[in-house]
Amino acid sequence: MRYAMVIDTKKCVGCSDCVVACQIENNVPIGYCRDWIVEVTTGTYPNLSMELRSERCNHCSNAPCVRCCPTTASHITDGGIVLVDEKNCIGCKACIAACPYDTRFIHPEGHVDKCTFCNHRVEKGEDPACAAVCPTKCIYFGDIDDPNSKISKLIKTRKWKTLIPEAGTEPNIYYLI
Amino acid sequence: MTKIFNRREFIKISGIGLGGLALANPIFNKALGAVLVPDKIPGIYSKRIPTICEVCFWKCAGWTHLNKDGEIWKLTGNSDDPHSNGRLCPRGTGGVGMHYDNDRLKTPLIRTDKRGKQVFREATWDEAFDYIAEKMQIIAAEHGPECVALFTHGSGGKYFTRLLKAFGSPNVAAPSFSQCRGPREVGFFATYGEGVESPGRLDIRDTKCLVLIGSHLGENMHNGQVQEMSDAIDKGALIITVDPRFSTVASKSKFWLPIKPATDMALLLSWIHVLINEKLYDRDYVEKYTFGFDELKAHVANFTPEWAYGITTIKPHVIRATAREMANASPSVIVHPGRHVTWYGDDTQRTRSIAILNALLGAWGRRGGFYYPEKVSVPDIPHAPYPKPNRSWKDAFPGKYKLANLALASGICDATIPNAKNDCSFKGWIVNGTNLISTIPNQKNTLEAIQNLDLLVVVDTMPMEIAGYADVILPECTYLERYDTIRNSPHRERTIALRAPAAKPRWNTKPAWWMAKELSKKLNLESYFPYDTQAEELDWQLKQIGSSLEEMEKIGVKNFGREYDDLFPMEDLADFEFNTNTGKIELYSTSLEDEGYDPLPKYTKHEDPPEGYYRLIYGRAPMHTFSRTANNPNLTDLMDENFVWVNPKVAKEWDLRNNQEVWLENQDGIISSNSIKVRVTERIRYDSVYMVHGFGHTQKQLSRANKKGVSDSELITKVLVDPEMGGTGMRGNFVTFLTEEPMGGAV
Repeated sequence: MRYAMVIDTKKCVGCSDCVVACQIENNVPIGYCRDWIVEVTTGTYPNLSMELRSERCNHCSNAPCVRCCPTTASHITDGGIVLVDEKNCIGCKACIAACPYDTRFIHPEGHVDKCTFCNHRVEKGEDPACAAVCPTKCIYFGDIDDPNSKISKLIKTRKWKTLIPEAGTEPNIYYLI
Repeated sequence: MTKIFNRREFIKISGIGLGGLALANPIFNKALGAVLVPDKIPGIYSKRIPTICEVCFWKCAGWTHLNKDGEIWKLTGNSDDPHSNGRLCPRGTGGVGMHYDNDRLKTPLIRTDKRGKQVFREATWDEAFDYIAEKMQIIAAEHGPECVALFTHGSGGKYFTRLLKAFGSPNVAAPSFSQCRGPREVGFFATYGEGVESPGRLDIRDTKCLVLIGSHLGENMHNGQVQEMSDAIDKGALIITVDPRFSTVASKSKFWLPIKPATDMALLLSWIHVLINEKLYDRDYVEKYTFGFDELKAHVANFTPEWAYGITTIKPHVIRATAREMANASPSVIVHPGRHVTWYGDDTQRTRSIAILNALLGAWGRRGGFYYPEKVSVPDIPHAPYPKPNRSWKDAFPGKYKLANLALASGICDATIPNAKNDCSFKGWIVNGTNLISTIPNQKNTLEAIQNLDLLVVVDTMPMEIAGYADVILPECTYLERYDTIRNSPHRERTIALRAPAAKPRWNTKPAWWMAKELSKKLNLESYFPYDTQAEELDWQLKQIGSSLEEMEKIGVKNFGREYDDLFPMEDLADFEFNTNTGKIELYSTSLEDEGYDPLPKYTKHEDPPEGYYRLIYGRAPMHTFSRTANNPNLTDLMDENFVWVNPKVAKEWDLRNNQEVWLENQDGIISSNSIKVRVTERIRYDSVYMVHGFGHTQKQLSRANKKGVSDSELITKVLVDPEMGGTGMRGNFVTFLTEEPMGGAV
């Protein structure tokens, strides 16, 4: 059992619905966000291409943030979701420095905050808020260990990439390209 | 009773309405806190209430979820709703910000004179209604009730429409017609005897080829269409995008045609030429359903791709290849009619050529093309017939705009400026949910019209610029705090949707229904509002169609299925009579000919930018709806200013860098009030600049939007008017850069 996300950049229009839905769902204070949109344009006019993608914590299987946490506040759950236990977090920022994806921030209340894959929703069998809201249905969530899951089938049949694979973090967000 | 000001001054609504009434209700103190100090236990809610989104005109149905304290927490889509399919767009999701925005209008305000200075004073609702009713009655007595007009872009407008019609005025205008989709409706009506309507009868989910002419789906978040486009991409649909800008959807397209702006007509005519000359059109369909093919063939004989290349800069082989792709997909192909199409003044004719292309491809009435929508027949509240008006706005334009089948907002604006030829100029405006200062181009003209009014009532939730010119401001509660008219829009199946209040109105704000009813009492028109509450009125209507308010409050959306099995009536070449003079699809339009207009679309050369100037192109960002969302705390967090997009070649010439602040000056010497940051990008042509519409506010009370970015509207002073229907073409304006703050230029 390993939760993962597959995001289809061919469908993403970069509308930021995933961002605002996450902020409201998780009461992320205005001015902060747990997911965001990246636009990469290549080429020169008029020979251009552009990729739009929604980024967030990669819930890495080999997570440097978890390894470096001095208080074990950063931890991995049974389903592979990387979480921060606010009560144990001392705000030392070691994890922020360790994360190659820049996904973590200090919440105004002093602890580290980031994407939880909407653990509270996943526990109820729901998709994370970003996946549930996406108007283009480009965000898929599921169990990558289950060969029959939608996400497993997608990465079997489509061309994909992960971000900064050379960091060796074994990220669990896959981008269809 | 009240002095008529001989010169209306703009009043900044600052520091008013924050007084005694604010925060009187303890529950809303907590609600305010919810924004600033987040609840750390998400996912707990006790209740959901049906709503219809009011952030844009798509009107998606959804649910307002309350948190455990009974406060509004979040909004989600209703999965039974064909507009949203259970997924709201970012604006809809962020709609909670409209409720929690503390910059909202909070109590009625009346313009008054204080030691020679015009100011707003707080008023009771009764005072405000007395003031308005008295002025309306004076106008009716002196000039006739027709001299009061309503401008509306919002659900509440329906109730003011009833009030105004009961009062005796037919002059109800939505800027969505003359400033947006009007030419499209007229162009399609002239061809098919039917318009595209809203949300639009496009079968995008099953199309094999989607052709977008300047339409930037995905940046305009027309929710259902964006969702269906994504479904179509999944199924391998091919997209062709014609746009001077490398839009989001251009990046998803097999073909991006970076056309020289203002030349779309030449490309469309050339595509028609290729379809006919290469015999790629649907011959059975054309023979059975259309009128005027031979005339069309002769008309386009010379419009070769080589001819169009010289005009559009699109290479002939690309024009041919794209025409062939469309034909390959036929009839499951859509040449998208667009939505905001008031560009160059020949917009009815341009959308006509789009309509003709779809007919040649056999797409109208076919799967993957255009479907035949249905809607429920919801009876109106029984009341006495409306009095027959003696005049309408059209009387001010004899012989002009003959195909305008809805009132022109810009026309009413023009007819407010006294003119010896006019029988009557407008004396009173009620403006509901539309910031006319940003909506109607040529602000100087709008302000001149406003100076000639005896009464200007602004009904809004936010202190937009137009409110600063009002005599009376009526603060409307947001859509999350009120009932509204039943949503009953045409779609594949007949559905209705309900909006119900999820919270009490914050501060001293009220729903439009209540305002219109209270005003009807003052005007002795109460018989038009026979119910004591809006809920009773809705319940009566719903019971006539086999539902009830109780049922709708539980389900939000009710699906009545289809009445007739004719979603795609031309699927098997079945007999069909179109609602046109000839009963056929009119490739050659007899109705346009009868009125003295071109029966076949012609290419007209439009003006090019002068040396050192660039064509001003504007568009949408997915997280904003015009200026309606410009101050929304959740949505400004995603985007709080616009940028001017500049091609790197142009940037080099002007020595412009990313994020550099510049001012823009247009061809008429109008300088932007604010500065705007530069975005140097390959995604725009070298002869144009681009910005997102809806920014550049100058109203201090809009704390998040004030002085953020530039208003394109302000720079649109040249208006190219559509002779057929009076649409205001806005893409004939050119701007240049000022790299230093203009001396005294910024107001």
